[in-house]
Amino acid sequence: MNIAVCVKQVVTRDWPLRVNESAEWVRDYDASFEMNEPDAYALEEALRLKEQHGGEVVVCVAGPPRVTQVIREALARGADRAIHVKHEQLAFADANVVASSLAIAMLPEQFDLVLTGLQSDDQGFGQTGVILAERLGLPHATIVMEVDAGGVNGIRVKRELEGGWFQWVSMPTPALLTIQSGINQLRYATLKGIMAAKRKEVRSVEPEELQPAGQHIVRLYVPEKEKATRFIEGSPEAASRALVRLLCEEARVL
Amino acid sequence: MILVVAEQRNGCLNPVSWETVAAAQQMGDMVKIVVAGSAIDGVAGELAAAAVSEVLVVEHSDLASYTPDGFVEALSQVVRMEEPDLVLCAHTYQTRDYAPKLAARLDRVLIPDCIGSKMEEGVRLFIRPMFQGKFVADIHPDGAIPHFVSMQVGACRADSVVRGSAPAEIRAVPVEVGSGVIRQRPDAPFKEAKQAVDLTQAEKIVAVGRGIKGEEQLPIAQELAKALGAELAASRPICDSGWLPMDRQIGSSGQTVAPKLYVALGISGAIQHLVGMKGAKTIVAINKDADAPIFEVSDYGIVGDLFEIVPAFITALNEK
Repeated sequence: MNIAVCVKQVVTRDWPLRVNESAEWVRDYDASFEMNEPDAYALEEALRLKEQHGGEVVVCVAGPPRVTQVIREALARGADRAIHVKHEQLAFADANVVASSLAIAMLPEQFDLVLTGLQSDDQGFGQTGVILAERLGLPHATIVMEVDAGGVNGIRVKRELEGGWFQWVSMPTPALLTIQSGINQLRYATLKGIMAAKRKEVRSVEPEELQPAGQHIVRLYVPEKEKATRFIEGSPEAASRALVRLLCEEARVL
Repeated sequence: MILVVAEQRNGCLNPVSWETVAAAQQMGDMVKIVVAGSAIDGVAGELAAAAVSEVLVVEHSDLASYTPDGFVEALSQVVRMEEPDLVLCAHTYQTRDYAPKLAARLDRVLIPDCIGSKMEEGVRLFIRPMFQGKFVADIHPDGAIPHFVSMQVGACRADSVVRGSAPAEIRAVPVEVGSGVIRQRPDAPFKEAKQAVDLTQAEKIVAVGRGIKGEEQLPIAQELAKALGAELAASRPICDSGWLPMDRQIGSSGQTVAPKLYVALGISGAIQHLVGMKGAKTIVAINKDADAPIFEVSDYGIVGDLFEIVPAFITALNEK
């Protein structure tokens, strides 16, 4: 079973992000980056499916040169090779631009399954996988909680619906699945994996031009507060005593 | 013209569709609603109560069970025929499943999860959270119409729908779904065994997030919950990591709660979490990052190390 898994590189979760000078994007030139966590679950699922059914796992990443960091990490965790779609503007492109550029690089390959995370921690479009399915001509399922790839006629997946409902859906392969976070427990790269990653193939695809964007950010800003938060200062002891008093006397919830 | 895509299952209207209709009415004068499925005359009649130009009914036996292939095929035909300026849906799991593909088929991108819109220099901008809710962005749709937008559930009040003096016209729109177009074969939806913990009934909740750092640190939160007489809950990443069972998850994919007191420990406040708890009467947030979005909805905040503050909080409660 040949599996492609699409991974995005995003600013590290704890990074103190600020809006840039033009207020159209974040100040990320000095930021640290990491693998988008929902994509890490897709990668883990791909590695587990390969362990069960054989084949190879190809990690596909769209982004500027800096994304080689997450390519190395995915290879160290066990992916067999990588495709890097390289373009500076992919750092902040919308989901259609990203998916379309990935599709061009992925079309010549023969994948049985394409996995993506549910959404990214930065722009959070939650669409790259679904659009990629359209661009590759594949059937898809989203918010997948379980993958049964053992059948002869395609795959069966368990989807999460709203309000505690679930649903099994069958479809032929090749197919694309967006993986729900928490579907598995993530593994970490071993020293052996990190060493092996250095010898694995990374195919670079450099499109001259990207698809035109379907939208752009006019301005990015800190949301207005819905409530006026009363910040309590002082030592942990003093702040805690003040908090308990306010909860008793002002909020009357204790 | 704004085309609202209403959502139904087995002939029952998803009430969130009213929020979408209300949002559309506030954005433009000419609104049409489309509903797709099989045996949906009742739903169409219900929707016709709104003050809209028309309710379009896309009735097809192949749409009886929702599939993304079927809905994209049918709705792309409707959008091509009706030529709306804007296609508006609620940001439900179903929308997330098909709407990006629908927009892509027409070479557009869906502007997802919007919390509102505003006119600026004659253009309607759509407002949406980004970076896990740390920022909000005003988005300008580019390229030719139609534009596609989904609205966050709760962004508009369903009871602000303007009702018509007479029922709106209902029109059947024929679509073709060729054989082999629908590749997904869905089984009937089902519910898992009943949830063991009903957090919706809890008067007080202590919830933990990533700031708790490790499973071995949970006892500190449990102790605080005990001192307050509260239930212990968590944000999604904690349950994803298996540190607490999934039935203790608060947020869009977990339970929605509105207790008297909600204490958020080390929760940054991603939008998916906030929608599950911002209805709480009093919200206390303890977080090391003063800019964390959780402070946008909290009444009381302490910025600092929760491993220093929580033990002091427990001591203060016990002294009370």
